Amino acid sequence: MSVILQTEGLNKIYRLGGFMRSKPIQALNDVNITVESDKPVVIAVVGESGSGKTTLAKTLLRLETPTSGRAIVYDQVVAGQGAIPSKKDFLGLVQPIFQNPFEAFSRYRPVDVYLEETARRVAGMDGIQAENAVTEALKNVGLSYEEVRGKYTAQFSGGELQRISVARALIPDPKLIVADEPVSMIDASRRMIIINLFKRLRDEAGRSFVYITHDLATAYYISDYVAVMNKGRVVEFGPARKVMSDPKHDYTRLLLSSIPTTTSRWRERKRIAS
Amino acid sequence: MIRLNDLKISYRIGGRTIDAVDGVTLTIPDNCVVGIAGESGSGKSTLMKAIYGDIQSPMSFSRGSIDYGLKGTDGKPVTAENVRKEWFKTISYIPQSSMNSLNPVIRIREQFVDFPGTDSDKKRVLERARAYIGKLGLPPEAMDSYPHQLSGGMRQRMMIALATFFQPELIIADEPTTALDVVVQKDILMLLMELQEEMGNTILVVSHDMGVHYQVTHKMLIMYAGRVVEYGDTDSVFADPQHAYTKMLIDSLPTIGDDSMRGVIASQAGAGGDRAYRVEPNLIEVKPGHFVAQPARQKEGALA
Repeated sequence: MSVILQTEGLNKIYRLGGFMRSKPIQALNDVNITVESDKPVVIAVVGESGSGKTTLAKTLLRLETPTSGRAIVYDQVVAGQGAIPSKKDFLGLVQPIFQNPFEAFSRYRPVDVYLEETARRVAGMDGIQAENAVTEALKNVGLSYEEVRGKYTAQFSGGELQRISVARALIPDPKLIVADEPVSMIDASRRMIIINLFKRLRDEAGRSFVYITHDLATAYYISDYVAVMNKGRVVEFGPARKVMSDPKHDYTRLLLSSIPTTTSRWRERKRIAS
Repeated sequence: MIRLNDLKISYRIGGRTIDAVDGVTLTIPDNCVVGIAGESGSGKSTLMKAIYGDIQSPMSFSRGSIDYGLKGTDGKPVTAENVRKEWFKTISYIPQSSMNSLNPVIRIREQFVDFPGTDSDKKRVLERARAYIGKLGLPPEAMDSYPHQLSGGMRQRMMIALATFFQPELIIADEPTTALDVVVQKDILMLLMELQEEMGNTILVVSHDMGVHYQVTHKMLIMYAGRVVEYGDTDSVFADPQHAYTKMLIDSLPTIGDDSMRGVIASQAGAGGDRAYRVEPNLIEVKPGHFVAQPARQKEGALA
């Protein structure tokens, strides 16, 4: 059994405002979650804007340093006191996928350049190895190198570009992928392509995911564990199906009851004369 | 009652003409919420802009007409030519990401009295506006704030207040809650439903979230590639969707508590075969008030 993800008393305080009169904002407030498993898992982090879920993602990605506490990924301390791995080792362990793929890649460079650079710099491959790794990664997301080579972001749809982001993240062979709102910029009818890709990568390629989202329905579908965040705290954490079918915390209940479903209405709709 | 007759709206970009709305004929009854769904590029936002009368280059009205069936503030019928004069009064628009549509450098109260041709007594307008935003669940002080001092949900409420203040006959809401969290979204949608029932007007709601449509609409309009594929009462469309594209949209997202994953399979199947969804412009009534379009003829499919 290995510790896939563990946070120990993770705190993050941002200071807002001027030098003399700065106001502290507690973005993460004593976040403690532990996921131990033999099999790769998807851990969803859900909550509203300002709940701290993106700060948690950034901390796990080492884009923010925690004010106190630490985070462990696959038995290695990656953030906070005693964080060991070098940047290169870290990027071989944890890889990001961001919300807006049009912003993640520059408009002025062909996207395959990013894939090749990741293979060379992060994974330390030579030319032929890099080419093979890019081909393999793109194949994993249902694309071919020929479809991507030399093309710019504007030549892809949001969904295709997000699949390329996933391919890029796969190249250094990471154990954990942190995806921050990966489908919120994608058409509702195409979201499941990305979600199912995550599922397949978990089941067939042994990747674990931290899936940051405000979409509880996709979180229910794909996740093994879910952490519900509100105002910097994790208010409820546990196996996804258990938490979402039998929520214990009022805030989780509020979130679940606010989802517009196609099965039951919030209120009667008056009939119209047609 | 609004009638769209064979409406065709095109964009001219770099010598190419793209028909974003391609032959839409439709009747929208009074006193109802109509939901418009379809993926990006299906023409739903273009259709809304055309109805609002906001047609600007490179967009152009290539064919057809809009019969508003509304009377303007001067008592004359609203037409495609004079619709601009009726903005905010008879017809109003809540744009996409409208929480960012408030003027950031002036106070909210100045934006309320800014409308051309409203009551000349600004004090009286302001008093009424203050009372009105109170009814919409906003504190009166919000009137004296700048937009950045309000949260996203409050700004969205404020936009709805601005759009409904003069009790317009027609409101067009383009993705009114897309940028909001689920809890705030529910509040805003409940508010919109209440206002509509109170005013008895017509609201057109564009959204890609079928859950939102099921919650708030009376009628559903499904668009694909610039054409209407299905149109009918919401209950009928959700219970018995006629077109494969509508089915795909309804089933494309998983439901909490539903482990059957029926939709997931549908959305995967729909990912590639897009041509199969293309339709002819004319609609056939399959049940009372429930219309569906016929598949596009092969010849046209090859041309497109």
